[in-house]
Amino acid sequence: MEKIAKIWPYLLLIIGAFVMVFPFIWMLSTSFKAPIDIFSLNIIPETPTLANYTQIFEESLFLRWFINSIIIALITTISVLFFDTLVGYIIAKFKFVGRTILFILILSTLMIPTEMLIIPWYMMSSEFGWTDTYFGVLFPGLMTGFGVFLMRQFMEQIPEDLLNAARIDGMNEYSIFFKIAVPQVWPAISALGIFTFLSNWNAFLWPLIVIESSSLRTLPVGLSYFSSGEAESKWHLIMTGATISVIPMILVFILLQRHIIKGITLTGMK
Amino acid sequence: MGKSNLIVEEEHKYTPNPNKKPKKSLIRKFKGSQKFQKYLFVYTCLLFPILFYFGFRIIPTLFTFNVGFRDWNLLSSGPQPFVGLENFVTLLKDEVFLKSLFNTLIYIVLGVSGQLLFGIIVALLLHKINRFVGLFRVIYFIPYVTSIVAISWVFRWILMGNGVVNDVLINLGFSAQPFLNSPNQGIYVIIAAMIWQAIGFQMVLFLAGLENIPTMLYEAADIDGATPWQKFWRITVPLLNPTIVFSAVIGTITFIQVSFTQVINMSVDGSGGPLNSTISVVVYIYQLAFRQFDLGLASAATVILFLFILALTLFQIKVLTKKFDY
Repeated sequence: MEKIAKIWPYLLLIIGAFVMVFPFIWMLSTSFKAPIDIFSLNIIPETPTLANYTQIFEESLFLRWFINSIIIALITTISVLFFDTLVGYIIAKFKFVGRTILFILILSTLMIPTEMLIIPWYMMSSEFGWTDTYFGVLFPGLMTGFGVFLMRQFMEQIPEDLLNAARIDGMNEYSIFFKIAVPQVWPAISALGIFTFLSNWNAFLWPLIVIESSSLRTLPVGLSYFSSGEAESKWHLIMTGATISVIPMILVFILLQRHIIKGITLTGMK
Repeated sequence: MGKSNLIVEEEHKYTPNPNKKPKKSLIRKFKGSQKFQKYLFVYTCLLFPILFYFGFRIIPTLFTFNVGFRDWNLLSSGPQPFVGLENFVTLLKDEVFLKSLFNTLIYIVLGVSGQLLFGIIVALLLHKINRFVGLFRVIYFIPYVTSIVAISWVFRWILMGNGVVNDVLINLGFSAQPFLNSPNQGIYVIIAAMIWQAIGFQMVLFLAGLENIPTMLYEAADIDGATPWQKFWRITVPLLNPTIVFSAVIGTITFIQVSFTQVINMSVDGSGGPLNSTISVVVYIYQLAFRQFDLGLASAATVILFLFILALTLFQIKVLTKKFDY
């Protein structure tokens, strides 16, 4: 009786885990199947082949889309980390004219859904010639209200004495920020970094609108076009594309697991 | 007497002076330059952020409100006249818009409560076991970090008419289901995919919440002879309340975004079908703005969406925080 009580949580968790991984297994399996056996029900392909992988890179701009996604996600992440940490620090640790107003304004941008800004952003982009450029894709995400809010919460916990001691030692404000404040909140910065990268890597709505030429597509936008039009019912290729856009994130997650989980807990509890 | 007075006076006059005077001016100089340095730092660093938040957040928002009250079509060149509430009236008479608003409510209500429910269940189960916790956590979390577009197409693939799920159903003796091709099932399939993807995130939050509950409370409840059900509702749920409120509010905001990506990529016609049965507000806004080029109508729809989210969030905060306010 006691043994059963101990085993049933495992049983339920294993059933759930199967539901969570099955779509990935089936995706991976299809990506190795030749077009003739993609409708077979074997998980292990009868004649496994890498042809789908070579074909997708030859027939579409998949490599280009992959590189575009990396460039865009990387630039936005660096910008968000730099500016949000700096603004969060300044709002938390300095008294200056307009501080409260600025903080309220930035907080209020949290209430504005991105979807609401799509139309003015689009009009701005076409006015200034940003459509169909890297800058056009990434300008809306260069800073986030959430990041400022999060960093301010963490920066507030840094003791004032620590900063003042550095000032008396003659350190300038820039070195105080980089050498004293930033190391103190490093866990929060890395969490913010991971989530910013992830959300930009997966961003869909804005890149879909602002990009016209196929060579500038990001991976999600490219995959979406590829699946709906250009490769109608070529499921072996669609699943190969899906695998390529999913595997890097899974690897990154497994490597950074501890930080990600700590990050959610930190941000969620704030 | 006179002498001692003089000495005192002299001491008063001379001893503090040589020490204090240069010290005071040094501090003043130091403070002055430091204040200057501080202000220089603050304002130079805030220059770009202020421009950014005004230029790309605040002003565009106000602009959306402005466009929403105008007849603004990209196809017709010329002036964009102010038409008052006309766009709003048109939308509220538009069946597709009302359908999209209603669907969005379904997406949020079922999606958010589903992800909370499954998140809590998985967290409770993980809290009960002591082996393989890390492994299970990784497995349940992986969908959260993967691309929504990719996953949407994987779901289409496994749920299609002659796909693997229907094959399994037939082998088990059930009949094949149309899933995404059905105007009745499509929206629930999409919601299920949304929940599937968000469980891991909720699980992590609730696990952290559970770890913060002192075991003492459960031990005390055991002594009082409480049933597991009572312990769950009287201890676990109230103490997890802050996490629940946070998850519900964050979940609502993210579901509105997700309801675009997932609907565009999962619905059979790629735009909220069949028969508009899966269309969400954001998908409809996208169609109005970038298919029909009616920016006035689309902006009015975003204003309604904004008010809708605001009302929903305030409602959630009020209801959820009140419920367990012992």
